[in-house]
Amino acid sequence: MTGFNFINPFGVSDEPGTYLGDFYTDNFEKKATAGNVILNLGPQHPSTHGVLRVLVELYGEYVLRAEPVLGYLHRMQEKMGEVKTPYQYLPNMGRVDYLNPIAWNWAFAGAVETLAGIEVPERAEYLRVIAAELNRVSSHLLWWGAFVMDLGGVTPILYAFEEREKLNDITQIVTGSRLTLNYFRFGGVGQDGDARFFKLIEEFIPYMRERLKMYTGLVTDNVIFRRRLEGVGPMDESLCLRYGATGPILRAAGVNYDTRLAIPYGVYDRLECPVPTGQPNDCFGRYMIRLLEIEASLTILERALASIPEGPTLVAKAPKPTYKLPAGEVYFAVEGARGQVGCHIVSDGGKTPYRVKLRAPGFSNLSLFAEAAQGTILADAIAILGSLDLVIPEVDR
Amino acid sequence: MDLSLVTFAQILVAVLAIIGLMVANAVVMVYVERKAAGFIQRRPGPYEVGPWGTIQAICDSMKLLAKQIFVPANVDWVLFFLAPVLAFFPVLLLFLPIPFGPYLTGLAVPDGIVLILAFAGFGVLSNLFAGWASNNKYGLLGAARAVSQSVAYEIPLILALLAIIFQTGSLSLTEIVEAQGSYPWQWNILVQPLAFFIYLVSLVGETNRAPFDLPEAESELTAGFHTEYSGMGFALFFLSEYANMLLVSFVCATFFLGGYKGPFLDGIWWTFIKAYLIMFFIVWIRWTFPRVRFDQLLNINWKWLLPLGLINLWITAIIVKLLP
Repeated sequence: MTGFNFINPFGVSDEPGTYLGDFYTDNFEKKATAGNVILNLGPQHPSTHGVLRVLVELYGEYVLRAEPVLGYLHRMQEKMGEVKTPYQYLPNMGRVDYLNPIAWNWAFAGAVETLAGIEVPERAEYLRVIAAELNRVSSHLLWWGAFVMDLGGVTPILYAFEEREKLNDITQIVTGSRLTLNYFRFGGVGQDGDARFFKLIEEFIPYMRERLKMYTGLVTDNVIFRRRLEGVGPMDESLCLRYGATGPILRAAGVNYDTRLAIPYGVYDRLECPVPTGQPNDCFGRYMIRLLEIEASLTILERALASIPEGPTLVAKAPKPTYKLPAGEVYFAVEGARGQVGCHIVSDGGKTPYRVKLRAPGFSNLSLFAEAAQGTILADAIAILGSLDLVIPEVDR
Repeated sequence: MDLSLVTFAQILVAVLAIIGLMVANAVVMVYVERKAAGFIQRRPGPYEVGPWGTIQAICDSMKLLAKQIFVPANVDWVLFFLAPVLAFFPVLLLFLPIPFGPYLTGLAVPDGIVLILAFAGFGVLSNLFAGWASNNKYGLLGAARAVSQSVAYEIPLILALLAIIFQTGSLSLTEIVEAQGSYPWQWNILVQPLAFFIYLVSLVGETNRAPFDLPEAESELTAGFHTEYSGMGFALFFLSEYANMLLVSFVCATFFLGGYKGPFLDGIWWTFIKAYLIMFFIVWIRWTFPRVRFDQLLNINWKWLLPLGLINLWITAIIVKLLP
């Protein structure tokens, strides 16, 4: 080891045999068997969807070891929670996971409400459920398209975007934006839905059911697709529990755990939400669970629309922007599209919380990958990675 | 065959015409493929450049011509630049024995199909060189896949063609066309449906198109063997891919669909219509199917196509022997 090279600090050089690695590659290479290829998938790779980086040791096409490297999209979301007042921090929640912002909205707003003891009006609770379920459908749809694209079928993602477009049009009416939704307020929601909002949802539900049938014919029943997924990347119960996997992955492993039922929040306990289980624990099971969850979300939407009461959408004594959280500690969890989305707030009664911890389901789900991908073929490893439904901004926060 | 001045001139003209055909084919097929993909994916496809986006492909090729050829560090220079050339040039020779029309053949050699199959082997060599020389692990994996795939799929392809050759008793493409009648029920597709099916599957595998596009599997290997190629290097690979597609389509039209013969007015148009129908089929399945896995790809070949091809050949041989 020579001294620090000021001209070429990163050791990048065209000369053969010079040092080109980094900390992670070095450590990964130390355990490699001689003669095997170490492949660096990402951070710019078509199937890592964003900036995930995975180091894999290949023997031919077989993956002997895999190691995800995180942090390429780390944006200090948790630290920002400590320097901003809850009111200033709330819009950040739409940016943590850009595909499922409503769940994060709910996790943070719910944590603050629990700590401050704010009651949410009945109508707002129903609107929250409607927004969350619409958002879950939208997130699963994009995953569906991207997953099939990982397997080489480029067309379905454009079909999925057609439905997403409709969903964006609907959520835009109440939230005002199409991507980083910021709908929740402490003690309610930002805006009440108008007649057009409810009408569009009512039209969307039967439309989406028709489209799900089409998806089954186009993709799910395709023989190549089935052969690519069935029996690939099994994740059993013990593996999921060891790494703290939640959401569709855990339910595909046969564990009937859904935060909406396990720790009821909002009005979910009144809606009797169906939780699809009973699928195999391989990639195909995880795929089917998500498609069935779209169906289940549509059922919940129907029930919520049928029983939504009239009333205010924001509590009368809603916190002002200068509101100070009382001292205390709270953990509030909701069921996001990818699993349990949690928010842990510790407050010392100051202007800003003392500590905000965000529990990202994608982070825990990604940690299963290294073990599940061992001994598979590279193409299967890509399928397993896709079946985990990762959103890198959420993993890195 | 003595190589007189007339033959030489004939080959020269044919090669020039084939270069024109290849370039025109690539331009047309890029447009057709993008429009077809757009139709399948419910989007308009190219429509900005020129009327209905027709000169989009020409503009794209101009861009590729003008682009910098980026050479990564530590490449094998000779092989790196040889590979795209090797991909492109043998294709010129491949078109020579194909009878486009009753009197329109570049070089009417008596054993034309042997010439085609022999020179088609260069394609895999260029893929191997490209993947090896570019000092890229994705490229290397792509090259390894390309070799085992091409070697595997050439065998059922040849077996399917051999059945027709047994039946016709000739290696000359013109004689194979002449042995078929003018009407669709007299074509080899009905006489040898199994051979046609085997050929159809293996031609997709042989041209590395989806769902058998393993050597350049985008979601796994970014771009496979041509990951490091830019500008003209990439353009030559691209051109040769479309030329190879055209070639297997022409061979398919010649062997199974009666070549230049049609219900009325035999001629070059029938060859082109049939070949481009096959081309459109290749494009169509590319945008509708997911990619198979590599072991599945080889299983399809060794466990299904090869035994089926052998059985088909065996039955054909017996029938040819019994019914002279």
